[in-house]
Amino acid sequence: MNRIVDALAPLALIAALLGIWEAACRLTGVPAYFLPAPSAVAKALAADPWPLIQASWNTLSVALLALIIASVTAQATALLVALSPVLERAIRPLASTLQVTPVVAIAPLVIIWAGIDHAERAVVALAVLVAFFPIFSGAVTGLKSADPDLERLFDLYGASRWQKVMRLRLPSAVPFLLEGHKVGAGLAISGAVVAEFAAGSGGVRGLAWRILDAGNKLQTARMIAALVVLGLMGVALHAALDRLERVGLAWWRGR
Amino acid sequence: MPLVFLQSVEVEYLRRGKALGPLSLTIEPGEVLALVGPSGCGKSTALRLLAGLESPTRGNLQRTMAKGETGVVFQAPTLAPWLTAQANVALPLELSGIPKDTASTQAREALTRVGLAGAELARPAQLSGGMAMRASLARALVTNPHLLLLDEPFAALDEITRRSLADDVLKMWAQTKPAIVFVTHNVEEAVYMADRVVVLTKGPGRIAGEIAVPGTLPRPAGFRTTAGFRDAAEAVSALLAKGSEASL
Repeated sequence: MNRIVDALAPLALIAALLGIWEAACRLTGVPAYFLPAPSAVAKALAADPWPLIQASWNTLSVALLALIIASVTAQATALLVALSPVLERAIRPLASTLQVTPVVAIAPLVIIWAGIDHAERAVVALAVLVAFFPIFSGAVTGLKSADPDLERLFDLYGASRWQKVMRLRLPSAVPFLLEGHKVGAGLAISGAVVAEFAAGSGGVRGLAWRILDAGNKLQTARMIAALVVLGLMGVALHAALDRLERVGLAWWRGR
Repeated sequence: MPLVFLQSVEVEYLRRGKALGPLSLTIEPGEVLALVGPSGCGKSTALRLLAGLESPTRGNLQRTMAKGETGVVFQAPTLAPWLTAQANVALPLELSGIPKDTASTQAREALTRVGLAGAELARPAQLSGGMAMRASLARALVTNPHLLLLDEPFAALDEITRRSLADDVLKMWAQTKPAIVFVTHNVEEAVYMADRVVVLTKGPGRIAGEIAVPGTLPRPAGFRTTAGFRDAAEAVSALLAKGSEASL
């Protein structure tokens, strides 16, 4: 009983808010370019769903590609850092500087480097940049999280540095890596969207381009429709990764 | 020839200052020695010295063992959660380059020796506290060490489990006769398991005295009620009390 209530509560709130929104639009007669009623947004969604699906896929595929590239480079860098404390001291300040610089601020530069004709490359690169850090810092923390007594045991049996990394520190890092990838995936999507905005309407035809395009034409219902799809995509991706993290942790822990 | 020879050994840490010593001690092959002392007397530091995991700041330390001839059991089971019990026990062998299937066979045998036959594929999270400690013991024994170091190995277990584990450790000792050094602050446990009890003063630990425990190892049934056991326990307690006061 309680579970049904728990599951229905957020849906009920959404329905109530949509109801108020719809009623307010009809009663006040606010112009549709300023605030379209939810029914108008639904119509915009249903009238022409295919380009929206196409745009979502464009954004999602960029984000996933960025996530893969970020995953490989972040973990490789973290491994190097784990093997050499000097390298870590050298890399840390640079990495933090890059991390705190907003991606919007870096975007124009990256777009110039990628070339006007290859805006999609710039978008991928920027999404990689934001997805890199949670995975990198998760991996660095995780590689240091090994039980010190287990580490002593490896020393006792004369394990090489390579054996310690592969058989102790990397497996110890798994929970941190899972968490880093979950956060990184979410950031890859927002990174891709921000980069699409920066690339402008001529560039990559993802969800951000749909929002910009509809905005330029004052088709507010289409704008909100694209936003709804973006939100749903984020929720679905987060739920999938959350589940993946839990399954991964259960496998790692053995229960 | 002694396995480990310590002469006026001192350990000093940069921030915490002196942790141990000066301490002189020899570990003979096949003996069971208990190190007893108040908390913070440097018992664990002493154990790391004996394991060769740490070097003394001053003094002379000689170990006559090769790599892999020392086994350690820590206070917690310290098993890798991502490995099965068998893989955990096989780890020391694999690290020293023994082929995987030989290591697995020996690991299964070691698990059987500590009474964990049938739990080979269990993960540490699925084992009870006592079973996890047994797996940890199997990992320390799998290399057939000459020296077995136990750092308060039963501290986290209930009385019944720790008593049966103490008997099991002594039974296993009787098979291959490694030297055992174990650290504890439980006087009864020390006297029950060791034929030599070395009492340390409060930190930085020095030797407050040494008590030889009469009787054979493993202990016969009812050993805890004998006069020899009670006298030795009293003597150890007295030394502990003296060592916990001001510096000797």
